Amino acid sequence: MKEEVRLMKGNEAIAHAAIRYGCDGYFGYPITPQSEVLETLEALMPWETTGMVVLQAESEVAAINMVYGGAASGKAVMTSSSSPGISLKQEGISYMAGASLPALILNVMRGGPGLGTIQPSQADYFQATKGGGHGDYHLIVLAPATVQEMVDFVALGFDLSFKYLTPAMILADGIVGQMMEKVVLPEPRPRRTEEEIRKQCPWAADGRKGLRKRNVVTSLELESSRMEEINHRLQATYRQIQENETRWEEIDVEGADYLIVAFGSIARICTKAKEIAEEKGIKVGIIRPITLWPFPTEAINRAAQGKKGILCVELNAGQMIEDVRLAVHDAIPVEHFGRLGGIIPSPQEVADALEVKLSNKK
Amino acid sequence: MKEEIIIAGFGGQGVLSMGKILAYSGLMDDKEVTWMPSYGPEQRGGTANVTVILSDEKISSPVLDTYDIVVALNQQSLDKFAPKVKPGGLLLFDTSGIHKVPERDDITIHPIAAMDATLEIGNSKAYNMVVMGALLEAMRYKLPMENVVKGLKKSIPERHHHLLPLNEQAIERGRKLLNKE
Amino acid sequence: MELQDIMREENKVYSKPVLLDEVHMHYCPGCSHGVVHKLVAEVLDEMGLAEKTVGVSPVGCAVFAYNYIDVDWVEAAHGRAPAVATAISRLWPDNVVFTYQGDGDMAAIGTAETIHAANRGENIVMIFVNNAIYGMTGGQMAPTTLVGQKTATTPYGRRIDLNGHPLEITNLLAPLAGTCYVTRQAVHTPAAVRKTKAAIKKAFENALAKRGTSVVEVVSTCNSGWKMSPEAANNWMTEHMFKEYPLGDLKNQ
Repeated sequence: MKEEVRLMKGNEAIAHAAIRYGCDGYFGYPITPQSEVLETLEALMPWETTGMVVLQAESEVAAINMVYGGAASGKAVMTSSSSPGISLKQEGISYMAGASLPALILNVMRGGPGLGTIQPSQADYFQATKGGGHGDYHLIVLAPATVQEMVDFVALGFDLSFKYLTPAMILADGIVGQMMEKVVLPEPRPRRTEEEIRKQCPWAADGRKGLRKRNVVTSLELESSRMEEINHRLQATYRQIQENETRWEEIDVEGADYLIVAFGSIARICTKAKEIAEEKGIKVGIIRPITLWPFPTEAINRAAQGKKGILCVELNAGQMIEDVRLAVHDAIPVEHFGRLGGIIPSPQEVADALEVKLSNKK
Repeated sequence: MKEEIIIAGFGGQGVLSMGKILAYSGLMDDKEVTWMPSYGPEQRGGTANVTVILSDEKISSPVLDTYDIVVALNQQSLDKFAPKVKPGGLLLFDTSGIHKVPERDDITIHPIAAMDATLEIGNSKAYNMVVMGALLEAMRYKLPMENVVKGLKKSIPERHHHLLPLNEQAIERGRKLLNKE
Repeated sequence: MELQDIMREENKVYSKPVLLDEVHMHYCPGCSHGVVHKLVAEVLDEMGLAEKTVGVSPVGCAVFAYNYIDVDWVEAAHGRAPAVATAISRLWPDNVVFTYQGDGDMAAIGTAETIHAANRGENIVMIFVNNAIYGMTGGQMAPTTLVGQKTATTPYGRRIDLNGHPLEITNLLAPLAGTCYVTRQAVHTPAAVRKTKAAIKKAFENALAKRGTSVVEVVSTCNSGWKMSPEAANNWMTEHMFKEYPLGDLKNQ
């Protein structure tokens, strides 16, 4: 197996990328529109090649707690689900954040609330970026816009989560999960040996090899002053992540009159909308946050200087717009355009919204 | 080169797999490609469509308002997508079951008798490849047949590779369909 | 004869297990947990498993089990210990993984994880301390609370029409193809303690030999929760608990 060019769905690509990353275990439960992740892994049978464990759990709750167990033992483990299933996983995610464990979680968002629809959505932005479960914590949240980024973010997500010892989430939508694109699969890297794991994760509960001091992985601390210390430590990590790992993409920001801020596959629809708007002489730049947490606050603030307005395009009723408004301190108009319930806006709709909400306004 | 294509019809007509073979053929020809299906319960029995974009450049939106090429395989899809062909674009539709033909003089329209041709071949599974043959013939971008064959091989599971000759034959039959008009 | 003359290595008939920490336990005087902890530590000592054991502690009174037995531990969310143990066991197949759970953890909130881990035949040991009450949160009804038993949430006694029947989770696990050993023991007499120790040992042997899931239920007292003296609690247990939860092997393959 070498680097390979293939045509595949985002969900399938995730499975291939996980195996090639050297992932130790995947634990999941079927839910549309992301069941292809588990299906592809079961079909590829990585336990026969790399030794990766793949298990269909009895529920999303069990799956995330398997991930918690695997992560607590130092292994590179992951799960995937879609919105309702991700809600079920929140307790486990909070435990992992509290216990400072690395893990990768994929959410291929569908429309909600409740059972909602299986069509694409970005309505879990708040849940992913503002905590999701209980307690003061953040996930590293990566928003892929292409199938290639689905692949790349598996490695990036794992690497970041091991670097900072905090769970990372790939926040995708049904579009990038279900669409097929050309994708370059990276050359496989071997799974870490047990010795390598013990070296990298001296904190892991993997048996007291050599009768070393025992390791306990827990998020429990009943003594308040010590619990406060743990919280401060987490917050210090989050500040480090904000300083070092904020990622975004800018398209033609300089010289533009208006900005569109959009994430994931919707940002690509906006690129087309930008072309339509430009035919009418409206100059538009695009900022695509790649990390939704940490959010590219400063980049957006910088880009907003001298602009006439910002349009946030999201498949929700207005979630990321709150972070955009905070970024620009409401110095310029910030408007929202979104479709709900699984409807994907066309490029023309986005271009029209830009006109109606911003450029036609006096 | 950039071809923005939508293929639309009933679930079960092989719309999605035709799109996949087309996309894979483009990939084999070193193009950037996207394949964006309508997914979910829609697929089962109802209408199904897939947007395929083939391009020399990086592809922005996988979702489109208008298309260079519309391939419509039932009346419903024809009604819905014929108005969305870009001026100067291409509309292909299968004549079987069509009672209302769109009137547009700013695009090229190819009615094709794909179902009849498939019946001649004698295997209804080849239907989508007959349609694809006509599409390949009509498209401005000429996809070399050797790359189409590679795309076919990549798209079809190995256990079905004995069907490759049938598929190639269907594509050739489809090409002739267009030349007849 | 002086005390020093007696306290010699060759006269020693009992010592604290090496893997049991030299700390005060938070358990109430009279609680069964201490004895069960000691037995687990003793068995792991004797089997030489300190370097390959990972324990999974529950939410409940035994949440701090990781402070007492000197092996690696993961503290699980309430009820999820079997899922946590499943992953560790599969990812570290040379290790031995056990869960230590109470009745609320195992038979209420974690019923699904319990049954499915056992049904998959995970090579893990489940130690199940059944004291028919929620000790940690202050004596509320457990799934295993007896009919008529008074708790903080059944102040007039458990009623079938209101609260349903006591759940005999161990009986549910025994018929599952994934379990190889399911037994119900107690630690109220020295003889019972010896039997429980043998059961725990057998369970760990099964895990080492990858025979499937072993479940050791220990019918236990919670004298604080039951609002009794330790002795009265033992008597109440033998008189009432053993009727609902009779001791003995339910499955031994």
